[in-house]
Amino acid sequence: MFDYNFHWRPVIRSLPDLLEASLLTLQVATLSMLIGIVIGLGLSVIRLRMRGPLYWFATAWIELARNTPALFQLFFFGFGLGALGWHMTPYMIVLSGLTFNNAGYLAENFRGGFQAVPETQMRAARSLGMNLWQTYTRILVPQVLRIVYYPMTNQLVWAVLMSSLGMLVGFRELSGETQFFASRTYRIFEYFAVTAVIYYVLVKLILLASRLLAMRLFRY
Amino acid sequence: MDTPISFFSGFGLQDVLFMAEAAWRTLLISLISISLGTLLGTLFGWMLYEGRIWATLFLAPILDAFRSVPLIIQLVLFYNFVPIIGLNLDAFQSGLVVLTLYTASLVANVARGGIEAVGTPMRRAARSLGMSYWQDLIYVVFPIGARAVFPSWVGVALGVLKDSALVSVLGYVELLRASQILMTRTQEPLLIISIAGAFYFALSYPISRYSAKLEKRWSQ
Repeated sequence: MFDYNFHWRPVIRSLPDLLEASLLTLQVATLSMLIGIVIGLGLSVIRLRMRGPLYWFATAWIELARNTPALFQLFFFGFGLGALGWHMTPYMIVLSGLTFNNAGYLAENFRGGFQAVPETQMRAARSLGMNLWQTYTRILVPQVLRIVYYPMTNQLVWAVLMSSLGMLVGFRELSGETQFFASRTYRIFEYFAVTAVIYYVLVKLILLASRLLAMRLFRY
Repeated sequence: MDTPISFFSGFGLQDVLFMAEAAWRTLLISLISISLGTLLGTLFGWMLYEGRIWATLFLAPILDAFRSVPLIIQLVLFYNFVPIIGLNLDAFQSGLVVLTLYTASLVANVARGGIEAVGTPMRRAARSLGMSYWQDLIYVVFPIGARAVFPSWVGVALGVLKDSALVSVLGYVELLRASQILMTRTQEPLLIISIAGAFYFALSYPISRYSAKLEKRWSQ
């Protein structure tokens, strides 16, 4: 029943490459989060304050991002836009797909955050002579980011996990690199087992770092 | 006689049917794994709530691992692990097992939240009216708790519906895999990926709207 010989040596030998690839995973996830936060803030403000075509654009973005699979979004940016003659590198495909997804989900979080900030704050800031841009960047957005801090941490974890889809569009981050090595040595189980452990550790490190950061940021 | 041979053929009616059938397979694997995963997850959630030291020491870390490792890695890992222990599962069965466990790990937290949402005074009242532990659980905790966490459960279910796209890596021809096959044959990626996206959107959007409406009504 159990006549399978585990060979861990090739995995150990390529461990440095896997760890290096996991840095790429972290990089693309973080970058997509940062851009996603900026776009998400924009989308949620548009949805709360504006009417007309911009409102519908923001609504379409949010609903599409939330109601279709992330893999579909990657394929759309990879193959769909490729048909229009807009060819992207695997890195750009994953980055744009993840950013699209993050922005949609974050926009919904931010909307809740903006609604949690009392309306009077806006009036107070405006009557102190701040213009709209200053009111948002100095008064509202800092409070919103604080309110949605934990949902944002979750979204970052999701972004790390989602970046594993890069493997299917030929991007050699952690999963793609694992598949590359696994198909070269046929040690599929061993490679993916180690990769699973690496992902687990990455996620735990992110959560730990965010807790520590929260302790520093939210100290009164 | 000298008509040029083409490997590609256009997108026709039978391809729409092919995609509809694939959408049905997406729905099938999602429905089964959501149902089984919800039953299992509710059981886990109850165990997390009741079992003190054993649940925190053993069950919680295992469920946490399912949430901290990308689903695609879990799928590949399990699919390659099954032959090692001498079993023979096809792509559908492997995908079903992994999706069910994944759903259960997500539902477990939701279910525990549901039990916690029912206040202790209410449960004491039920017990002091002469209800047994199980009567209290079935007739008091379940109806109230289920209502409290219904929106988050819908969120989990929709997430699994979208994540079922990942079973395509094992070769199960669901919606996204079918569209990939058609893209290769017809060379019309933008059209086909858009149809696949529309299928997913049509499945997911009405449910998420309905759940948002219910949430709003119940919170009043």
